[in-house]
Amino acid sequence: MDADDDSSNPMIDEIYANGDAAEGGGGEKRSRRLIISGDQFDIEAYASLYSGRTKIARLLFIADQCGDDNSAMQLEALRMAFDEIKKGENSQLFREVVNKIGGRLGLDYTMDVAWCEAVDRRAEQKKEKLDNELNAYRTNLIKESIRMGYNDFGDFYYAHGQLGEAFKSYVRTRDYCTTSKHIIHMCMSAILVSIEMGQFTHVTSYVSKAEQTHEALDQITIAKLRCAAGLAKLVSKKYKLAARKFLETAPELGSQYNEVIAPQDIATYGGLCALATFDRTELKTKVIDNINFRNFLELVPEVRELINDFYSSHYASCLEYLANLKANLLLDIHLHDHVETLYDQIRHKALIQYTLPFVSVDLQMMASAFKTTISELEKELVALITDNQIQARIDSHNKILYARHADQRNATFQRVLETGRGFDRDVRSMLLRTNLIKHDYNARSLSRKL
Amino acid sequence: MDPLEALVAQIQGLSSTPGDISRLHVILKQADDSLRSESTRLSPVLAQLAPSEHSLGFLYVLDAFTSGQISKQQAETTVPIITGFINACNAEQIRLAPEKFVLVCKRLKDQVMMLEAPIRGVGPLFNAARKLQLSTEHLTPLHSDFLLLCLLAKCYKTGLSILEDDIFEVDQPRDLFLYCYYGGMICIGLKRFQKALDLLHNVVTAPMSSLNAIAVEAYKKYILVSLIHHGQWQISTSLPKYASSVAQRSLKNFCQPYIELANIYGTEKIAELEAYVQTNTEKFENDNNLGLVKQVVLSMYKRNIQRLTQTYLTLSLQDIANTVQLNSPKEAEMHVLQMIQDGEIYATINQRDGMVRFLEDPEQYKTCEMIEHIDSSIQRIMALSRKLTAMDEQISCDQLYLSKVGRERQRYDFDDFDVPTKFNI
Repeated sequence: MDADDDSSNPMIDEIYANGDAAEGGGGEKRSRRLIISGDQFDIEAYASLYSGRTKIARLLFIADQCGDDNSAMQLEALRMAFDEIKKGENSQLFREVVNKIGGRLGLDYTMDVAWCEAVDRRAEQKKEKLDNELNAYRTNLIKESIRMGYNDFGDFYYAHGQLGEAFKSYVRTRDYCTTSKHIIHMCMSAILVSIEMGQFTHVTSYVSKAEQTHEALDQITIAKLRCAAGLAKLVSKKYKLAARKFLETAPELGSQYNEVIAPQDIATYGGLCALATFDRTELKTKVIDNINFRNFLELVPEVRELINDFYSSHYASCLEYLANLKANLLLDIHLHDHVETLYDQIRHKALIQYTLPFVSVDLQMMASAFKTTISELEKELVALITDNQIQARIDSHNKILYARHADQRNATFQRVLETGRGFDRDVRSMLLRTNLIKHDYNARSLSRKL
Repeated sequence: MDPLEALVAQIQGLSSTPGDISRLHVILKQADDSLRSESTRLSPVLAQLAPSEHSLGFLYVLDAFTSGQISKQQAETTVPIITGFINACNAEQIRLAPEKFVLVCKRLKDQVMMLEAPIRGVGPLFNAARKLQLSTEHLTPLHSDFLLLCLLAKCYKTGLSILEDDIFEVDQPRDLFLYCYYGGMICIGLKRFQKALDLLHNVVTAPMSSLNAIAVEAYKKYILVSLIHHGQWQISTSLPKYASSVAQRSLKNFCQPYIELANIYGTEKIAELEAYVQTNTEKFENDNNLGLVKQVVLSMYKRNIQRLTQTYLTLSLQDIANTVQLNSPKEAEMHVLQMIQDGEIYATINQRDGMVRFLEDPEQYKTCEMIEHIDSSIQRIMALSRKLTAMDEQISCDQLYLSKVGRERQRYDFDDFDVPTKFNI
């Protein structure tokens, strides 16, 4: 374990800013991390966490995100993607990767036309075979065989990258499912394909379908379903619900769902969403004291540290961890859209939590605690005050923030008078309108009687 | 005897007791046509009659006298006659022939406008309206003419005194539209924006079967005053459900530029707002709303400064100028000073440091005046509630209502077997 001495000294100096000085920032030790911040992102280690199609998808995503300015990492990612694809049967993806590489990795990594054609031929043959088998089963009307036939079709399409067809095939097995095991198998396959396709509404519906089966599910399956549900909520920006789902995942899952998600991801997603949306008590009970989730957090010690820092008001170090993680998180296929929002929410919560216990706060000290300038800090605070998240006023001359508690009595009087005036107005106009309608009605009824 | 002479004698003779007056009324109605035919001979007749005692007769003769086309010079002589009559006449007598009275007053209005001296008609019409009203809650056709003259003569305060009365009874819906519209304009002129909003709201939400131009114009002003006073306007919550369906559907279509203005106001970008006003100046000018629109722009600055009072305790004038997008601290100082004087914010300006210190509303709600104010508000609302209940009772006894309800009753009502199933009145 290497202690990070450079960054801890300035933290010790901030005795007034961050409370507990003795413990301070010096105690933070960063254990050996799989993912190192900045451009030392270890692609091999990252990719080894996953298997199957998601590995390829993630590698391609990283390559896209890197762009041309970080070509070393880009090429590395593409090379690994190439190797992985060659092991499978997806010629479409193969062509894509070769285009992206564009010959930059030497002769080993160019278009292998022979291989493509062989794969396509094999695919044709297999498809025919499966088709024949399925027709045979269908004429025989043996439920189990038909189900297996459709399943095989689904697997076949999935391997070849035709996700839409795969999904349809899996869904067709529904009519031939007899036991709960079949249903669960169908749901899991459907969920897998939907996540790959990015259609998370299907994910949610199939998760609930799987959870509704009468038989008790085993731990691993439940955990998998929770992860899938959490992922769906994350993508639809329901961060609080996503956090709850991730936190409920059993640690026994381990790496068993790594065709979709790695345990490090569960820790990161769950930790960040919880930090952004939970209030203090929930954070303590559900995250910090949660023994199950602790197993996950051990895998990503930075997230654990940053949550603890936030809870104990060491905002500077918390924000520093966040900044270090940011580069890596932007390369994550599911999280990259949400990094900014989550980070903003966490920062706002930190600011609000900082000002909560005080009657007056010196903006100078607060700015150094958050490592920003006073004018930047003032802008952020003004936004929060206008949004009514902080009850305070700023003395811009002396740069002090004063807490302001609304005078309930005056407010009540004002409301009462206002309500009275409103009632007065409404009743008067109502009486007037009634009169008008009465006249109108009289006029009309008179004309009717005539 | 000359029929005219005979009539004059009858008027003079039968104007003392109510019984006589009703007989006189009948006679006058019969003689109406003949009076009209002899309009040229009527001015000496008028001299013989005293407006205060023989009001009814005077009125009929006056009506016949002024019924023809009147030129400008003639107007010079007739205006004082009518004015004198209105000031002196007897209220009960003229209430017997309200339409004639209204007609005469309208002619006064026309003549006064022809002479381009609307102020001459303000006083007389005020008296006329007061005399014609059955109660202070009654609206007469004269109210709208009176307000029109006030507007033209710029005597806003006189107009305001009539507007202070609440109106609950209306004879003709059309009177109400004009009354509320002109009333709204007078209140805008006096900067009583809340009252203006109430009046314009009445126009816009009044029951109407088809759209009329007054409602459209009123809606435009309603949007603008709403922006100035409340600082917001949402198209979705604009017209409440009780507004007529015609209004809800079609008013928007005629007021497009104003709705656009309101949307831009909602985005809180002053530069955009000013640019929009610049490009559409002509449209606003055609509707005579340019002054109001300029006030809308001004109100945006005010609102931004008010928002600052919520977030800052002290702020330098330079910062205020920057935040609110004014050009210089001097301008900011002028704005803040104006707002302090108008009572819109509570602050002190420290000129040495160039700082403004925002204070809390000093109203503590502990003074005697405040208690009295609250007490009178409570009394007022209780009176209103009583009125509401009374009206409810009145309607439930109303013949038309009962006949309609009776028709829709169920054939068999378990609770009251002995009640007839159908009301036939």
